[in-house]
Amino acid sequence: MTAAISHFDIDAIRAQFPILQQQIEGNPLVYLDNAATTQKPKAVIQAITDYYTQCNANVHRGAHHLADEATRRFEQARDTVAAFIGARDRSEVIWTSGTTEAINIVANGIGQRLQPGDEVLVTEMEHHANLVTWQQACKRSGASLKVAPIHDNGALNTTAFTRLLTDKTKLVALPHVSNALGTVNPIKTLTAEAHAIGALVFIDGAQGIAHGGVDVSDIGCDFYAFSGHKLFGPTGVGVLWGKKAVLQDWPVWQTGGEMIAQVTYQSSTWGELPNRLEAGTPNIAGVIGLAAAIDWFNRLDLTAVQTHERRLLDYATEQAHGFDGLQIVGTAADKIGVFSFLLEGSHPADVGFLLDKQGIAIRTGSHCAQPLMQRLGVPGTARASFSVYNTLQEVDALFIALKKARQMLA
Amino acid sequence: MNLPGYEDIIEDLAFFDDWEQRYQYIIDLGKSIPKLAAEQKTDELLVPGCQSKVWLLSHTKDGVLQFQADSDAVIVSGLLAIVLAAYHNQTPAKILAFDIDGYFQTLDLERHISPTRGNGLRAIVAKIQGLAKQAQS
Repeated sequence: MTAAISHFDIDAIRAQFPILQQQIEGNPLVYLDNAATTQKPKAVIQAITDYYTQCNANVHRGAHHLADEATRRFEQARDTVAAFIGARDRSEVIWTSGTTEAINIVANGIGQRLQPGDEVLVTEMEHHANLVTWQQACKRSGASLKVAPIHDNGALNTTAFTRLLTDKTKLVALPHVSNALGTVNPIKTLTAEAHAIGALVFIDGAQGIAHGGVDVSDIGCDFYAFSGHKLFGPTGVGVLWGKKAVLQDWPVWQTGGEMIAQVTYQSSTWGELPNRLEAGTPNIAGVIGLAAAIDWFNRLDLTAVQTHERRLLDYATEQAHGFDGLQIVGTAADKIGVFSFLLEGSHPADVGFLLDKQGIAIRTGSHCAQPLMQRLGVPGTARASFSVYNTLQEVDALFIALKKARQMLA
Repeated sequence: MNLPGYEDIIEDLAFFDDWEQRYQYIIDLGKSIPKLAAEQKTDELLVPGCQSKVWLLSHTKDGVLQFQADSDAVIVSGLLAIVLAAYHNQTPAKILAFDIDGYFQTLDLERHISPTRGNGLRAIVAKIQGLAKQAQS
């Protein structure tokens, strides 16, 4: 069914993911929880193994051969990320433990400058990471948190967003793609609007990055953050990209080794970017694994990948329309990767459990977005999320399993 | 509260040979347990679980503990019925002596009660055991 797509051999892609070759409870694994984390291709697993078997050493302390080689791979990874997201300056790429830490770094930086009367604007579709962090930064500083509403279909109410931008708005934080609904936000336009009133813009790219085509210079935002593990890389590593002009004189995040320039017993001065925001020994293997993931992803035909992913979502949506009692949650016109739904009369946890018994891995619950679930008036949803290695046959398997679940729960 | 005894549940579940029949039984059990009224489902009775809400109501009568539990997810309700089959109308001493892990192993449902499963069943068991300890002292 996917043969028509040029340069896109789904079987060859799947063969690169050892984990996909297994059976769960006697059924072939159908992994549809990609918004939570993606699986890892052999190239990533190999790069991590190679690092530990060939050149494990601490970086930036080049007193010997291994340290030089580890540092070379580690810093090359920074170039890989910079090129991947269109960053103009490699020192704007900061390694973090993931998107959450990246948000906390920005909240710490700007949070210390927020004052009573200032405003931070987020949206109703935030993941807790991009809500709670700002909520607490506002509480500490006396600033107010404003929340731009969504429409019932899960699309951002851009008119209301515009209205909420005022000269008090110091920062706008919003997701590139909603993790719970799949809504794609028009981040370039929204960034331009926010800049017009002088606010900084932070984009939570956790769900946006793996669909490819992110260019921070084109978007124009001040910060973009993502996690390695949602981009076929390892857990525990992520990226904060931020404009040098903004980041370079910000308060530091953590203090310790690596991030300093001069230290005496009584005082210290800070190093340059990126080091000043990277205290301590970094997740070297994670960084190298992430770069391998990006190299792997870059070898795919991006247009074919995007066509394939759109096809998976369109196919699932089409199947859903013919499936009695299924309600799709989140029907924004611009949507990617996420198929969130409810089965009439059934709790999502029951649906998820019965799918699991049939080898289908989805996520159920509030998807770390409790206020969004309240806003939509649902107890949570069942969420199937797609990645490049999923097939139309797997969407069929999802609906066959759903049919059985519906029958059992009736 | 009309619940099968735990020996009945062991016998019933042993009878089925595939997962569908077993979980259909648990679903039917979940549907048949007496539901709490909306006004009884207070936050005070809520046992923190991960995905579905679980409420537990208890009182002591003639030296035994009586329970009523409810969940907004039907499989969890069925599992609650299985838990309460062991604990309902029992003395605190019997509750504390009961081998709940062994019981779930016999039923081949141990994954539901494992500490890694975020469905609140473990929390329910801990709460019931806590209530039994309280009643004993």
